[in-house]
Amino acid sequence: MSLIPLLTLVRKDLLLEWRQKHTLFGVLLYVGATVFVVYIMNGQPEAKVWNALFWVIQLFVAVNAVAKSFLQESQERTRYYFTLVSPVNFLAAKMIYSIVLLLLMSMVSLFLFSLLLGMPLEQTGLFVLIASLGSLSLSVVFTFLSAIAARAQQNAALMAVLGFPLVTPMLMMLGNLSQKAISPVYQPGWWGVAGTLLLLDGLVILLGIILFPFLWKE
Amino acid sequence: MRQSWWKVLCVLLLMYAVAGGILLPVPRLDIVNETIRNLYFHVPMWFGMILLFLISCVYAVRFLSSGNLKHDLYASEFINVGLLFSILGMVTGMEWAQFTWGSAWSNDPKQLGTAMAMLIYFAYLVLRGGIKDEEKRARISAVYNIFAFAMMIPLIWVLPRMVDSLHPGNGGNPGFGAYDLDSSMRLVFYPAVIGWFLLGLWMTTLRIRLRIIQFDEYNDYPDRLKNETNV
Repeated sequence: MSLIPLLTLVRKDLLLEWRQKHTLFGVLLYVGATVFVVYIMNGQPEAKVWNALFWVIQLFVAVNAVAKSFLQESQERTRYYFTLVSPVNFLAAKMIYSIVLLLLMSMVSLFLFSLLLGMPLEQTGLFVLIASLGSLSLSVVFTFLSAIAARAQQNAALMAVLGFPLVTPMLMMLGNLSQKAISPVYQPGWWGVAGTLLLLDGLVILLGIILFPFLWKE
Repeated sequence: MRQSWWKVLCVLLLMYAVAGGILLPVPRLDIVNETIRNLYFHVPMWFGMILLFLISCVYAVRFLSSGNLKHDLYASEFINVGLLFSILGMVTGMEWAQFTWGSAWSNDPKQLGTAMAMLIYFAYLVLRGGIKDEEKRARISAVYNIFAFAMMIPLIWVLPRMVDSLHPGNGGNPGFGAYDLDSSMRLVFYPAVIGWFLLGLWMTTLRIRLRIIQFDEYNDYPDRLKNETNV
């Protein structure tokens, strides 16, 4: 795995994103509208509901934003990439692009949440860290599933069907982890959960690298 | 696998497990009472499911290395029977929970985890249903199969052990093995596990043979047609 094609691919995706802007602003609008609807219907929720809403919105943002990573590539263009780069580079580039995109989105939604739904956080720094970990976890899983859905020539709905059962335990762990940033309760085994989540992410990346070459072949 | 000794063994073990499970003495425990006999039916379903999914995963790996479509057929049929086992395990577990925990569904982490695992494998069936081309379906579903198995293991083995659960052996509850599963219960339990697993294997081999016959007929059809037109 050499670094130059990887960086070129990431740069291409980000540049494309910046020039087209429709995902970027589509998702921003999506987050803004959802937060606003919640605010109008419910006012400022209590801390626990705030936490749950944050992760549910992260999930849907991830499905909408990351789905595009493979589904936006036409079949002809995928064949062209096939002749140019190694599959591991291609997958890694897509993962990095999704992580960057989702990191940005989660920070924007955190900002909108604090603006409209109140700021129940005790440790903002810790919450930002956990939100980043969440973006990483959701991005890697959905990027790989988006590759499967794209190969099956299906739409984003298939990705949601495949993905929701797989990310539910991750969201469960993330919700638990972020409780610590919200209320200063004693949580035994916090590091254990955080470590498990990181290991799970590592497992997904490893499986992606091993399995993607088989998906990519026609 | 065409030999019949293991089928005879399966029938004998299951007859012993059902008769022994109902008649042999069990420990008298509060709340659990006679429902402890469900151990011979509920737990072997999960053992069977995990083993069947594991075999399916092995066939998925073999398919990716060989490209033989029969391996894909094996993998998909092992998942079908594994899903049947998981449904039976869920039903027996919910029935047991109704009597011992007070309600059939109590959001126990293990219940949630296994429900998720079932959803993951139902998604496998959805994925297979959505692809027409055989080669492509085989490859994509093999990739998803391996991915799903690797994700299922932490889901049902690691996560429930990290949070409180009503199941024995979790969240500070002593395991059944600690004092309930005495030696007389082991005498029925292990044969029951082996017997149910062999039954699952038997069902799968029958389904695979049926599918291979259908597959061959389907593939022979154009040849037969060609021969007839030649005459």
